[in-house]
Amino acid sequence: MNTDQIRQVIMKILSRIAPDNDLSGLKDEVPFREQMELDSMDFLDIVMELRKLYRVQIPEEDYGFLSTMASTVQYLIPKLQTATA
Amino acid sequence: MFDPNQRIVITGIGLTSPLGNSLAEFRANLLAGKSGVSKYEIRYIGETLAGICHFDPLKYQKRKDVRRGTRAGSIAIYCANEAVQHSGLNWSDVRKDRVGVFIGITEHGNVETENEIFEISKFNYDTSVWTHHHNPRTVANSPAGEVTLSLASTGPHYCIGAACAAGNAGFIQGLQMLRLGEVDLAIAGGVSESIHTFGIFAGFKSQGALATNADPTKASRPFDLDRNGIVVAEGGGLVTLERLPDAIQRGAKIYGEIVGHAMNSDATDFVLPDPTRQAECMSLALHRAGVGSEAIDILSSHATATEQGDIEESQAIRQVFGDRASLAVNNTKSFIGHAMGAAGALELLGNLPAFDDHFAHATINLDKLDARCALPQIVANVPRKMDRVEYILNNSFGMLGINSAVIVKRFSGE
Repeated sequence: MNTDQIRQVIMKILSRIAPDNDLSGLKDEVPFREQMELDSMDFLDIVMELRKLYRVQIPEEDYGFLSTMASTVQYLIPKLQTATA
Repeated sequence: MFDPNQRIVITGIGLTSPLGNSLAEFRANLLAGKSGVSKYEIRYIGETLAGICHFDPLKYQKRKDVRRGTRAGSIAIYCANEAVQHSGLNWSDVRKDRVGVFIGITEHGNVETENEIFEISKFNYDTSVWTHHHNPRTVANSPAGEVTLSLASTGPHYCIGAACAAGNAGFIQGLQMLRLGEVDLAIAGGVSESIHTFGIFAGFKSQGALATNADPTKASRPFDLDRNGIVVAEGGGLVTLERLPDAIQRGAKIYGEIVGHAMNSDATDFVLPDPTRQAECMSLALHRAGVGSEAIDILSSHATATEQGDIEESQAIRQVFGDRASLAVNNTKSFIGHAMGAAGALELLGNLPAFDDHFAHATINLDKLDARCALPQIVANVPRKMDRVEYILNNSFGMLGINSAVIVKRFSGE
């Protein structure tokens, strides 16, 4: 998957986790938590969805990389480069 | 602070049932003799029958809260908010630390556990994809806790596990906590999400106690010779309970006063009921209400349309009430099926409007009365106009020999 495809995957996951939020104006450099109602259980949902969809294992010490869309995509590029969207 | 004689009244009613999402709608359908049972499909079982609720969870929850929580939680939140609105309480003026939430449940967690096992089955049972939401969804206080999150109430909350006596048990717990002075407002009753667990259908089927009928509306038939088991239903019924002086002070409309209650145990069998203990339970509730059996105008029976259960309850009712013709015995399960943890609550609440309209709703689908259940007081198929309705007794019994009876008196202003 390329960067755009990974971003789309994350957007799909976010829309499932936060169905009440309008994500159309989501800014890639701003932390998710400043733009959406997300708590620690929601972040675990992101981790779980990636595990289910692509068998990606994200260790707890790496959770910090999931703070913004830009950092999440950057973090996932090597893990999803061979995956298909 | 404890006052065992403190009078406790019902000041608000919220419910969802297969026959409506408000007391007025539910009552109208009960008097119209309408069935709420329909065809239903669930994994592994396939096509079966159930009583299904059609309330809008998004009336009081965000989509995210629905997703994160449980069906029982959504039912409880809907009922609790409806009860508070119905009570006329100005919620912003209510001391939230003095509000208690006490919800009877038959079971909780089966739905969520089954769903998760099904989910990980798609991943070759890899438990690393088991959801982190599992534990908060399945703790036994979950539906009551979800209500506190919705209402921002900070007093005590918990669920009362009481099999199919749970609805009455919720009312009793609320009453007791008010009398103990632990809370000033109790949100109490029962809920059930049981139609979403295949296990309950499979269990009743294996027990030979799951109803079948080509016509779903004819499937739930307590006391009828052709009954062949239980129709499982979902639902909820929660009320606001207050001490009488508090209710009068704020000018609340009072829907009834809980004047008697009792719970006891058969201590004889896992599933088979004991009419002697059921009769003792009703008698104890009458004693606590300070009235004889002749005072009761409507008896809302528990009968579930299992062969033995209906016979045993009929025997217990006969022991306590004899053949007095002025008593009306009815049955709500014949309309909606067995709403499990919500059954006792819905069955009492659907009868409360009788204080005003003076009708005992019927027991429908009663075409051939089983002679072994032949109580002369059964209201068969059409509502009965009553000369008076002063007292309603609500029976709810459950597995492991748990019995409950609640008596509500019409509030006359005194």
